[in-house]
Amino acid sequence: MKITFPHMGNMHIAIKALMEGLKLEVVPPPPISKRTFELGIKNSPEFACMPLKINLGNFIEALENGADTIVMAGGWGPCRFGYYAQVERDILEDLGYKFKMIVLESPDSKIYDLTNQLKSLGKNVSLWEAIKAIKYGWSKLNALELVERQFDYYLPRVWDKNRVEKINDEAAVKIDEAANKTEAQEAALEAITEMRLLDLKMHQPLKIGLVGEIYTLLEPAANYDICRLLGRMDVEVSRSTYLTEWLNDHLMKGWVKKSNRKQLIAVAKPYLNYEVGGHGLETVGHTVQYARMKHDGIIQIGPLTCMPEIVAQSIIPSISEREDIPCMTLWFDELSGTAGLNTRLEAFADMVKRQKIRTNNYMKEA
Amino acid sequence: MRVGIPRSLFYYYYYPLWKTFFQDLGAEVVTSDWTNRLTVEKGIESAVDEACFPIKVYYGHVRELCSKSIDYMFIPRLVSVESRSYICPKFMGLPDMIKAALHDLPSVIDITIDVSKTNKFLNRDIISVGNIFTNNKNRIKEAYHHGQYELRKCKELCRDGYNISEAIRIWDGEQLVAHSTYNLNIGVLGHGYSLYDQTISMNLIDRLRKMGCRVQVVETLDRNSIEAKAAEIPKRIFWTLGRKAFGSALFMEGQKEIDGIIYLACFGCGPDSMIGEIIERKIKSKPFMMITVDEHTGEAGMVTRLEAFCDMLTRRKVAANEDYISTHG
Repeated sequence: MKITFPHMGNMHIAIKALMEGLKLEVVPPPPISKRTFELGIKNSPEFACMPLKINLGNFIEALENGADTIVMAGGWGPCRFGYYAQVERDILEDLGYKFKMIVLESPDSKIYDLTNQLKSLGKNVSLWEAIKAIKYGWSKLNALELVERQFDYYLPRVWDKNRVEKINDEAAVKIDEAANKTEAQEAALEAITEMRLLDLKMHQPLKIGLVGEIYTLLEPAANYDICRLLGRMDVEVSRSTYLTEWLNDHLMKGWVKKSNRKQLIAVAKPYLNYEVGGHGLETVGHTVQYARMKHDGIIQIGPLTCMPEIVAQSIIPSISEREDIPCMTLWFDELSGTAGLNTRLEAFADMVKRQKIRTNNYMKEA
Repeated sequence: MRVGIPRSLFYYYYYPLWKTFFQDLGAEVVTSDWTNRLTVEKGIESAVDEACFPIKVYYGHVRELCSKSIDYMFIPRLVSVESRSYICPKFMGLPDMIKAALHDLPSVIDITIDVSKTNKFLNRDIISVGNIFTNNKNRIKEAYHHGQYELRKCKELCRDGYNISEAIRIWDGEQLVAHSTYNLNIGVLGHGYSLYDQTISMNLIDRLRKMGCRVQVVETLDRNSIEAKAAEIPKRIFWTLGRKAFGSALFMEGQKEIDGIIYLACFGCGPDSMIGEIIERKIKSKPFMMITVDEHTGEAGMVTRLEAFCDMLTRRKVAANEDYISTHG
């Protein structure tokens, strides 16, 4: 059994660790490239949202590399992600690939569906070894995020942006190669110390909150690396979603670390009063939170036609008005053109900067 | 007291229930006009660009009602109308979306209808809506039951070959002539609120009828056989309308008298992008056409496609007696 899975940011490093701990052979899809997009777009339904197209491209490339089992997440709506696995299986089967698909989701009626799926994944190991594997994967994820958070802090502040990016990328590779928890943590700490030694600019960067749909937020290939684009414009980005937080909220029901989801739902209240699937409610909640945490602006991102994000987008203007914060929504689809994106980001950053200067002067006069 | 009901979205499924309910409680029910150019223009102005066409049209209807001096606007939050299924995320946020975009709204009645897990809260919410008009709990319950009775009566009309929108019009007192002669039999699928709205669907059903087709829709088919067909897929479809469309498509494929199937989708519709794909991959023995519409009004393009489809079906019918013609390439 050679297992593959879709890409989402740095998730492949953690999953690889987890699967290796379960003594399974893994064939991660090659990094998302132009070819991945092309394969995905060619074979997906035209109006499907972009994550499905990238997933499909990942799967095709992995199957070409010899994978024979696909592990995919599922769900029960209302977001269409819950039906991804079914559509993807139909498409891949029609393309003539031979594979087995394991969909991890809470079962509809028969609980043994899920236990069977999990058993087939963990048949080589004891329960104790499985727990160890999960812990190992989790520790890598934590180490990666530790570096990422520092990277987000230093990128807008340092002079040498290339250097800090290089440190971050190298740390990711080292953590991927780490054989145990201590090695992963050491690699993370080493990178962070190195970042601390860099020369800093003498200014307070703009602070922009990045909210939206989880895949677009976490996968740099899906958002043209918007975090780095902004960082290079001396804008500090507060990411609303980190993978560990999301897993903690949704899979582990908040018992691994403290969750602020309840608070999020509470602040979203006057604007959006009901769960709308996907990350709609979280987007609205984060927008309000960032506004109250005195960020300079907010950017919402999502894949084009994403239903929950459209609900959030419709509501964000009223938040922008009442909480007094500039907001912008960016949709991503398979059309690649970073120049347009860059211009819009620059314009937004300039606008936010001027407004900040204006309010500061106004406060000085008063 | 005047209650406004936008003539859009789930008007096309539940109007008899809502109207009876509010009328029995002593309110006057006001609806907006049928969707027209003005509704569409107003809607596009108010809604975000990325929203799907029916949602934009809904904004237009709400704006029209705002100018009709009503006391309450009825914008239900339809999360789920049956167990373990949803409608669409946009319906779940609809009252909030409308409130965020339009400022001169009358008081909004935004009852949450969510029976996906339990319908315990539904009764409580219905009473709380009824309390706006009366304190008599029994009267509210009676009004609701009367509404459900009227809705059932309306749905029975569908067995005579009317679609639900026509059934509602007949129920509301209109006279409609049933079409009797036809030479083609076409199954038409899609979300009711786009299919039966004559502006959104560009009059698709009537156009087909004028071309001499008998149109079969979800409501004219047997409900149980649709559900049985929909259950054939490995994973239950969790969108109510999507599941029905899928079940109907498979059912129609098995019916000998149906010549072809048309699926009307709206641009940007999430469920349709998946359901359309699954149907297209499953249906191999009947001609299938997917039409996507949005707010751009190019009727000619659609007419051409419909004509071509019907011509193809007619030829296929003639040729079928002589030789087999593949449905796809």
